[in-house]
Amino acid sequence: MKLEIDKLLARDVRSGARLLRWIDDGVAEARAVLKVIWQHTGRARVIGITGNPGAGKSTLTDQLIGRFRERGLSVAVVAVDPSSPFSGGAILGDRIRMQEHANDEGVFIRSFATRGHLGGLTHTTTDVVHALDAMGWEVILVETVGVGQDEVEVQRLAQTTLVVLTPGMGDEVQAIKAGILEIADVFVVNKADREGADRTVRELEQMLEMGKGGRPSLGELMHHGGLKASDLEQADRASPDEWVPEIVKTVASRNEGIDELVAAIDAHAEVYAKACQAPEFIRARLRQEFLEIYRRALFARGWSYLMHEDHLQQIVDRMLDRSSDPYTLAEQAVRALGSR
Amino acid sequence: MAEERKLRILVAKPGLDGHDRGAKVVARSLRDAGMEVIYTGLHQTPEMIVNTAVQEDVDAVGLSIMSGAHNVLMPAVVKGLEDKGAQDIAVFGGGIIPDDDIADLKNKGVKALFTPGTSTEDIIAWVRANVKPK
Repeated sequence: MKLEIDKLLARDVRSGARLLRWIDDGVAEARAVLKVIWQHTGRARVIGITGNPGAGKSTLTDQLIGRFRERGLSVAVVAVDPSSPFSGGAILGDRIRMQEHANDEGVFIRSFATRGHLGGLTHTTTDVVHALDAMGWEVILVETVGVGQDEVEVQRLAQTTLVVLTPGMGDEVQAIKAGILEIADVFVVNKADREGADRTVRELEQMLEMGKGGRPSLGELMHHGGLKASDLEQADRASPDEWVPEIVKTVASRNEGIDELVAAIDAHAEVYAKACQAPEFIRARLRQEFLEIYRRALFARGWSYLMHEDHLQQIVDRMLDRSSDPYTLAEQAVRALGSR
Repeated sequence: MAEERKLRILVAKPGLDGHDRGAKVVARSLRDAGMEVIYTGLHQTPEMIVNTAVQEDVDAVGLSIMSGAHNVLMPAVVKGLEDKGAQDIAVFGGGIIPDDDIADLKNKGVKALFTPGTSTEDIIAWVRANVKPK
């Protein structure tokens, strides 16, 4: 199958699905297509949905699909589930909760496995979102794995990030505030018919009053991502400064609180759109986008060097006979890249 | 990034029967064999399965049917994929299927059929031998 750009941009499902496959599998043709279609990105509303396992992310996603469809907007969903670290395989079941939309041509749902990537997404989710954006999907919902508290990646990708919690976490809200809570634009307290919902809301409110919630600065994020970025550490924020995270109670399985949730998402989108009028805000987002792609390109280059002519084996040999150390060897390998 | 091709298989339960244990066992076995398995849950129409297979760009669809409606549902999925230009997605099936029906289903494009008693190793071996990543 050969991909035709015209068909892709006209939202042809089969072409789009194949492009996503090639992106996911790292097939070389995918990058050539991404280069061409990047000019068509930047139009979609990208909404991230993260939170603990069992919090109800997929059910909420299902409800949000319905609401955006009622407005006549096309919706694409990127649903990420973990790969088995042992077999490399995966069972991807997020879409079980969304199958009522399977026959709606205005909805496109795609499941991905993490394939060893940490952080709640896959290595290529950025490219996947670019592709869907260029294809003309108007709303893109990105549902993360939901296994840990370090799923901060989604907020670099999304304009609006939802963090889904459930009642009964009690003091744990305090305990995990340094984790996923910092990335929320909107907190969703789902399963709010359960005991403790109001308490969870109060805990979140207190946390926000203390100024401990919401998104950290871009500089902080780059730091956590392992990149030194002192020149980026000014006031760049991944979310508009004036936004105070909202807290919404929902019972997604009974369709309760979804209108309020959508209103909160819209309110954030409005603030976001206003922030986008400032060139510096756009520049910060583009910088993030580039740095991620650059980091992957660097790694790919370095990796291909190591795999070339037994370089990696030679390095290990020198560690084995103790004729050098891994720090020196790593520096030498990086220098060798520059001269190739 | 280095190319890493993985088999993607859709395991689906068409029709009205609620017996999904077999489907889940097959899904887990394929996962343990290193494949990515998309599972749809129960009560899927052929149209839903076809749309899911195309959106997910799977390499094959495994249909599990215990209701006796295999003669209708399995060819409907094969036909639906053809109509979408997705005849490169292989369809295989399993469940309670009388021997007499197997030849007819294969004639209608179902690539393989696995009846009760089949070991999961046999299914994995068939998938590996007959299905290639797109």
